[in-house]
This record gives sequence, C-alpha cells and structure tokens, in this order.
Amino acid sequence: MSETLILERAQRFLSALRHCQVLGIQVHGADPQGLTLRLPYSPHIVGNPQTGVIHGGAITTLMDTTCGISIVCALPEFEMCPTLDLRIDYMHPAEPDKDVYGFAECYRVTPNIIFTRGYAYQSDPQQPIAHVVGTFMRMGKSLQGNRELQRTIQGGGA
Amino acid sequence: MSDLNLDQLLSQAHAQNDYDPLINLIPYAKLLGIECLRLGDDMVFRLPANKDNIGNPILPAIHGGVIAGLMEQAAMLHLLMFMGTPHLPKIIDFSIDYLRAGHYRDTYAQCQVWRQGRRVANVAITAWQAKQTEPIATARAHFKVDEP
Repeated sequence: MSETLILERAQRFLSALRHCQVLGIQVHGADPQGLTLRLPYSPHIVGNPQTGVIHGGAITTLMDTTCGISIVCALPEFEMCPTLDLRIDYMHPAEPDKDVYGFAECYRVTPNIIFTRGYAYQSDPQQPIAHVVGTFMRMGKSLQGNRELQRTIQGGGA
Repeated sequence: MSDLNLDQLLSQAHAQNDYDPLINLIPYAKLLGIECLRLGDDMVFRLPANKDNIGNPILPAIHGGVIAGLMEQAAMLHLLMFMGTPHLPKIIDFSIDYLRAGHYRDTYAQCQVWRQGRRVANVAITAWQAKQTEPIATARAHFKVDEP
C-alpha cells in the first residue's frame, strides 16, 4: 500500500474521532513502518496547574489513538479494532509549552489480535517521555454498523 | 497555586462536601467534565455524557483515552482526598483493560488503594456505566507520592 494511501486513511480515521478534534490531534507522518500523531500543547489539557504539565489522560488519549490508527499501516483494508488493553510507562514528565508526538507500529498481526507498541516524545524521539504497548481486537471487515465508517476511511473506490 | 492553598482547598472541600473548587483547578478534569460525589466514606467520580468525549462515532462510544483519563484523574484525587498525600501525585505507569464499549452515557469510577508506601502508591480503578458489577474498564496505576 502506498504511503499516500496510508496517510490519507490515517487522516480520515483521525478526523472521524470527535474527542481527538477537541484535543487538536493531527497526523504528523505515516508509512508502512508506523504512524506519528501530534498533540499540540494547550492550557486546557494541563493536569498540574502548579507546573503546567499536560495531564496523563491526554497522553493516554494520544497513544491509544496512535496505536489504534497505526493498524492502517499494517492492514490492506480498514478494520474497526477496539482496544483490549493499553499500558503506559512514564520515563519522565512532559515539559510544559511543548507539543507531544506519539509514534506507534504494529509488531504482530494475527487473525484475531493486533499487537502494537510505541512511544511519546517532545523534542527528541531518542528521549521518550513514555513507552506504550497496546493490544487490539480484530472485529472483521463486515462488522455491523461500521461499513459506512469503513467506506469513509478507505476512501473513494477502495 | 502553593501547596498551602491545595491543603486549604482540600480541607474546605471535605468540610463542605463540595469538591468542585478542587477539580476546577485542574484544566483537563474540567475539559472532560469530571465531577465527584461523596457517598459516606466512599468517593465516586462521575463523567457526564458529553459529545466532545466521543471517539467511535458509529456506536457512538466514549474515546478509550477519555475513560483512561477519568480513571487516572480519579486515582489522583482519591489519593489527595483520603491518603493525606501533600502534593498532586505523579503518574509512574498506567495499565488499562477495556472490558466493554463505553457508550454515550454517564460513566462512573471508583478507586481502591492497595498499597501506599512512603514513596509510591498502587491504586486499582474500576469504571462502569449501567451496573458497577459490569465494569467497562479496570485499570491500575502507580503514583509517586513523596516530594514533587
């Protein structure tokens, strides 16, 4: 699948998720190796008013979304895959006033389950603020009620 | 906000059984719309249905990250309220299992502190909608509770 197609699917997938629009999350990059999303810093998502540090919940939302959408990098057709579990380990706190980037890749795809992993970082991907693993369940392509969404996200004639 | 203010706010909140001023200090908790309800010695956290918290538009379902955010915030507030934690606890790790879809309706969360040491606390959090015995998610988190 071409990088352009992956990028377009990731963008359409993301734009369907209302809460991600509220947080202003955007696609930063996507290719067959994985997906990067960007969470812009905003005073609305601060968790500690003493330090201005972003709330862990906003980072969890970023990483759940990044891991979930990274599935479009690995599967030829769009599938709705709900999260089974997600674990986040914080290496150090995020710095205030800086955007957070989330990267994720699928490292194992089985007929039922997709295993993803990734990390969140600010200025330097080599110094992540958090490491993440997430497991997703494959619901199949023809899940009731999701066909419309599938068409929207796959785009045009796909 | 100084630590003294936090202490004052906490004791005021306990005395008046009104935790809104405390939650209003935390922008992210306000963004999601988290409320807390004191039931005797227990505390239940509520996230009222809010369109801005939707992830999957078809079901529609609340974004998994929002459910996690509610649970993490519930655990932090629970530690502040009951465990005499003098600062906002800092998250070390967070692990969540999604058991059922979080539908577009009110969501509740309750916490259990399994262990609080001098430096680290272990908290289990349960989130539910229709029935507490049918959770939509369970999570556990470690927090650093000593110096900020």
